[in-house]
Amino acid sequence: MQPWVVVVASAGYLGLLFAVAYYGDRRADTGRSIIDNSTVYALSLAVYATSWTYYGSVGRAATTGVGFLPIYLGPTLMLALGWLVLRKIIRISRRNRITSLADFLSARYGKSTALGGLVTVIAVIGIVPYIALQLKAVSNTFEILVRYPVIVSTTELSQPPLVQDHALYVALLLAAFTIVFGTRHLDATERHEGMVAAIAFESVVKLVAFLMVGLFVTFGLFGGLGDLVTRAAAADLRHLFTLGDDTGGYSSWLWLTVLSMLAILLLPRQWQIGVVENVDERHLTRAMWLFPLYLLAINAFVLPVALGGLIRFGSGPVDADTYVLALPMAEGQRALALLVFIGGLSAATGMIIVETIALSTMVSNSLVLPFLLRRHAVRERDLPRLVLGIRRTTIVVVLLLGYAYFRVAGETSALVSIGLVSFAAVAQFAPALLGGLFWKGGTRDGALVGLAAGFAVWLYTLLLPSFAESGWLPASFLFEGPFGLGFLRPRELFGLTGMDPISHAMFWSMLVNIGGYVGVSLARRPHPAEPGQAALFVDVKTRPTSARLWRGRASMDDLRRLLERFLGPAGAANALDAYASRLGWTQPPVEADPELVDHVETLLAGAVGTASARVLVGSVVTEERPGIDEVMEILDEASQVRAYSRELEAKSRELEAVTADLRAANERLRELDQLKDDFVSTVSHELRTPLTSIRAFSEILLDNPDLSVDDRQQFLRQVVEETERLTPLINQVLDLSKLESGRMEWEIAAVDVGDVVRGSAESARQLFAQRGATLDVHVPHALPPVLADRDRLVQVVLNLLSNAAKFTRTTAAVDVSVHDGQIRVDVRDDGPGINTADQQIIFEKFRQGEDAGGDRPQGTGLGLPISRQIVEHLGGSLWVESDPGRGSTFSFTLPMAKEERS
Amino acid sequence: MDEERATPRLVAVAALGLLLFTPPLLSLFDRDIEVAGIPLLWAYLFLAWALIIGLVAAVVRRSS
Repeated sequence: MQPWVVVVASAGYLGLLFAVAYYGDRRADTGRSIIDNSTVYALSLAVYATSWTYYGSVGRAATTGVGFLPIYLGPTLMLALGWLVLRKIIRISRRNRITSLADFLSARYGKSTALGGLVTVIAVIGIVPYIALQLKAVSNTFEILVRYPVIVSTTELSQPPLVQDHALYVALLLAAFTIVFGTRHLDATERHEGMVAAIAFESVVKLVAFLMVGLFVTFGLFGGLGDLVTRAAAADLRHLFTLGDDTGGYSSWLWLTVLSMLAILLLPRQWQIGVVENVDERHLTRAMWLFPLYLLAINAFVLPVALGGLIRFGSGPVDADTYVLALPMAEGQRALALLVFIGGLSAATGMIIVETIALSTMVSNSLVLPFLLRRHAVRERDLPRLVLGIRRTTIVVVLLLGYAYFRVAGETSALVSIGLVSFAAVAQFAPALLGGLFWKGGTRDGALVGLAAGFAVWLYTLLLPSFAESGWLPASFLFEGPFGLGFLRPRELFGLTGMDPISHAMFWSMLVNIGGYVGVSLARRPHPAEPGQAALFVDVKTRPTSARLWRGRASMDDLRRLLERFLGPAGAANALDAYASRLGWTQPPVEADPELVDHVETLLAGAVGTASARVLVGSVVTEERPGIDEVMEILDEASQVRAYSRELEAKSRELEAVTADLRAANERLRELDQLKDDFVSTVSHELRTPLTSIRAFSEILLDNPDLSVDDRQQFLRQVVEETERLTPLINQVLDLSKLESGRMEWEIAAVDVGDVVRGSAESARQLFAQRGATLDVHVPHALPPVLADRDRLVQVVLNLLSNAAKFTRTTAAVDVSVHDGQIRVDVRDDGPGINTADQQIIFEKFRQGEDAGGDRPQGTGLGLPISRQIVEHLGGSLWVESDPGRGSTFSFTLPMAKEERS
Repeated sequence: MDEERATPRLVAVAALGLLLFTPPLLSLFDRDIEVAGIPLLWAYLFLAWALIIGLVAAVVRRSS
């Protein structure tokens, strides 16, 4: 086949790719996105299937049978978990405008610049061989195709001189494509719709091309799968039908499954397509089964083609990695061979384009920019141009690095082994990422230590051996260990044998990586800025807004200028207008509040990465010079948190106190309720006794008309006596109820207490005389008056006197005196006295104290409570002092009327 | 999508997949025999794979 045919076809295909990408961008600019579609999302995820899948799967199948499958089973499992893991990553990234894996890890661990840089370095070193692999596939297949109809093995291909090497031109062309569609402008979302459209298109092309070959081989060359299997069995290929554990096949199988589960998340291109370019997280629901189905379809014919190749070429010179191309060529199918080449080209270019975009974002945002900003080596005005410049340079450099690797080292290894080395490199991100997603305790130091240790082991056990194989290092390094130290042999570290190189490297690197991450996280306290970010990531569902407590303030103009530099005037205006309308501002304030500052930082993070955005915003935030600002903020956040927790504690203490009060009040209410019940039942009881007597005597009178007059007189007298007992009781109950409800009518006037006492003593003298006791009255002359209701006051004094009359033995006394502007009345008896315990009880309703003999006195038990209420209403107090066995003294005071006191 | 229902189901499907795709279950089918002209292991793996994809699709469809 003429080289120009292949070149024209390739150029035509790449031109078509440009057209699709251009169309996609145009549609995006007019707001009618073609990638806002779940099928397109699933197809673009198929960037996972590179030329490694396209050519390499058959190569691996030709030696291990189904051994190539774990690379595709793993993603199936991870996508099933996609709703749990991938969607969480998408949400976090969207909320925090995170645009790369490096940025994600940096943001998760307190916006750590060191971590972002380390991730970027690992990604670049890990991915360059993978890019080399793609270039190698394109170059080899090109060279094989142009020798048509002769079929040569890849080992026979001599490297063409540099200027004639088509792989170099492919690399440069791809760099151009990536720069045009990947770094067109700086954008806060870092999305590239045209590029994604082109990737989805490429996925269709490579699938169709591979299916065509598969169908041709299975049904054109052979009579279906059954025929192939029968002939393979006859050709002594039965070992491909099983896996067998005799050569460590199962352990390798298991590690490859784990590795590919991680790779589908962690490869920079998968992150770019799956997370950054995701338009709507709901697209995930279709991709979760459609993408694995795509992988199933593209792998369905791998085994038949491998068998077909092995049967057709035997152990001849044709490399199994090129069977896909060689089989149509050997059968004279020129058009099909060309289609296969184009399919392989699409698989390779898709991978290279997305991978370099992802790496360029990482390098500019997480490696170069933070470094330059820390050194204050750039003026802000130049930043946007600088960012795009860094990205474009990165794209070219990464592609040339890949090309150089391919030229120097790529000829020695099979496609699959190079790819797996890259897989193992990105798998080092897994502990920090998955730990960071679900475990708040993971810290920056832990992530740094784990990542660095895992990467070092990866370098030693996978990358250096591959250098040794390509002759860069002496072969003795591989077989005898460095400096002849046998236990350090890179593929049998510490004498661990019986594992293939990938499983061996994965075991050791994961051991130190996970161990370092978990161990250091547990052993050392996190930096102050970390817990907030950790919570933001782990609890993304429950915390819709940023929890950061940034307290910086900046002028609106400064912020606008900053945004304009990165998003352009229109973009900045849009972003600020959207924010303003959300808050309902009619006019933007001169000074931006902390929330807006935070918002701007998030917007900038989309363009330059979280760590750089913080430095940039810090430069316009007032009163927070670089260096101090971080300290201030961290202190502020910490003290805020502490203040909140103190507030919470205080609140909960208050609540406890209120609860206790309520409980007490409730208790009191219950007591009062009980008292009321007691009161009612006591009153009823007190009323019933005389009523029963009255009724009994009346009935006797009614039933016996012929009673003698004397008896009649007797009974009627009893009725009158009982009635007389009833009246004061009812009066007292009424008084008490009036006093308690506040409906008592008071006739307040100036009253001479001396008069009241003398009058009352006169009325009560008879009571004392009946008991054979005397009452002494001492009232000084010319007492000042008090303001009181005379009748009530008489009631109080009489009550005290009648009480004294009940208990006194020989002499009672009533004294009136003046103390401190108060009139004091003491009623003293020489009775049995009142127990200390009873001295309060007697002032309660219906409660009577027991005298020293244990007898209850006569009376209603309402007199003292009523008296105390009256005295208290008049502004005084009533109390008792008693010496059990020697008598009691009831005293009350009343304030003198005001004009008299002065 | 109804998250409460879908998430545990999808996790269960993933666990089933891991179980089916790895030894020791895998080794049960790792035998040098053919079923309907196809090596047993090949047929088993592709069928199990299709089953898992089908289950994910079914869960997604039923919970949306």
